[in-house]
Amino acid sequence: MDTAFFPPELLRMLIAALFVVTVVFVNALFMVYAERKIAGHIQRRPGPYEVGWHGILQTLVDGIKLMTKELVIPRDANRMLFRVAPLLAFTPVVMPFLVLPFSENLIIIDLDIGLIFILTMASLNVMAILVAGWSSNNKYGLFGAMRSVAQNIAYEIPILLSLLSVVLITNSFSMRTIVDAQISGLWFCLIQPLAFIIYLVAALAETNRAPFDMPEAESELTAGFHTEYSGMGFGLFFLGEYTNMFIVSSVAVAVFLGGWSGLPLPMDAWTGAIWFLLKVYILMFIMIWIRWTYPRVRFDQLMNLSWKYLIPFALLNLIVTAVIVKL
Amino acid sequence: MSGYFSDLYHGTKSLLVGLGVTFREMVKPTVTVHYPRETLTITPNYRGHIELVCDEKTGGSLCITCGMCARACPSACISIQSEKPEGSKKKILTGFVLDFTRCSLCGICVESCPTDAIAYSQEYNLAGFSREEFHMDLLDRLGKGGSLT
Repeated sequence: MDTAFFPPELLRMLIAALFVVTVVFVNALFMVYAERKIAGHIQRRPGPYEVGWHGILQTLVDGIKLMTKELVIPRDANRMLFRVAPLLAFTPVVMPFLVLPFSENLIIIDLDIGLIFILTMASLNVMAILVAGWSSNNKYGLFGAMRSVAQNIAYEIPILLSLLSVVLITNSFSMRTIVDAQISGLWFCLIQPLAFIIYLVAALAETNRAPFDMPEAESELTAGFHTEYSGMGFGLFFLGEYTNMFIVSSVAVAVFLGGWSGLPLPMDAWTGAIWFLLKVYILMFIMIWIRWTYPRVRFDQLMNLSWKYLIPFALLNLIVTAVIVKL
Repeated sequence: MSGYFSDLYHGTKSLLVGLGVTFREMVKPTVTVHYPRETLTITPNYRGHIELVCDEKTGGSLCITCGMCARACPSACISIQSEKPEGSKKKILTGFVLDFTRCSLCGICVESCPTDAIAYSQEYNLAGFSREEFHMDLLDRLGKGGSLT
């Protein structure tokens, strides 16, 4: 191949883009199926069973259905914002894939500010939800959006604080450096157990999943911010939600659970991704398990949990870490 | 501030107990039935639509065409036709039509029958494309496996 016409960096970008899109869609397909199966078994029923062997093609068929449905725009809605919101919800959750350390060689770009980049992109999700709720000219949509903003502001603080206490130890925001620090030493979930637990709880709330799914509380708000969305508009929100789960789990694995480290495999620099994905999917299983165990919290309870428990404990943990690191 | 730490302790404990409960349920076998492939056995007490009872001796109906059921029916959904052949003392049943679209499954017809010629069927898969499918000719069904003994 003539590298002058086809520079390797361009090839790298193409492969990275393809890889990210593939991971996003395959992950969503798999997770929706897993979620429905696990939900079924927790309720002592088999879950999807009819399409394909044990219903394995169910999500594929659902996806096709979503894509072929009509996009309805409500009357008096802000048309442009209404159409932009699903894209706004989907794009930022794809971006963090660029800095996720799947294995030693499988990092698309190792930014110096990788962790900050992920958090920035994650917080853009709030805006998408606000835009979606606002533009659909629907009271349930607006309520859902407003709740989501309040919730995400409350829960981004403990996420930041818990991650900061790790950054204080590693002295770096680079994802690779953080994982390397755990390979040479202990996993940070053992050094920072409190930060790890706080991160997990806050991450659940950040992804707007049950028991913290206030923005889409079905019993009160029909579907919250995406009430008016149909077809692939809704599909993109859905895709965004499951990708968001993947992102927060990946960050937890990279920062607290040793990233790609595990029992040595051949071609470790590449196959470390197996350990990484295994840990990510264990965390996502726990998220699903939690969703089908707990009822939705009330809004004041949600706020109490964050402001009265998570943030003080995270601050305390941060101060103690700072003091110990200084010593 | 009172109860701050005890709330935290009891809350966390109950959350973990809850997770334990759902995990144990998850690994237990499922209890639902894969309906079209598996079916439950229907209890003998099941009261479906009525069906004529087959007389084991003659293979016909036990009905003496007295019309008690048709008269007792609050929805007037039973219509009986009969004729008296030449030289016979008894009437013979020639038509027994149940309009199931109006039947409220009260069972007064079964109660009122002096010869126990009608009984409840075990049929629960009742679905059709037109209302005429539920104007059931029970005498016709008697010879075709729809009958009860």
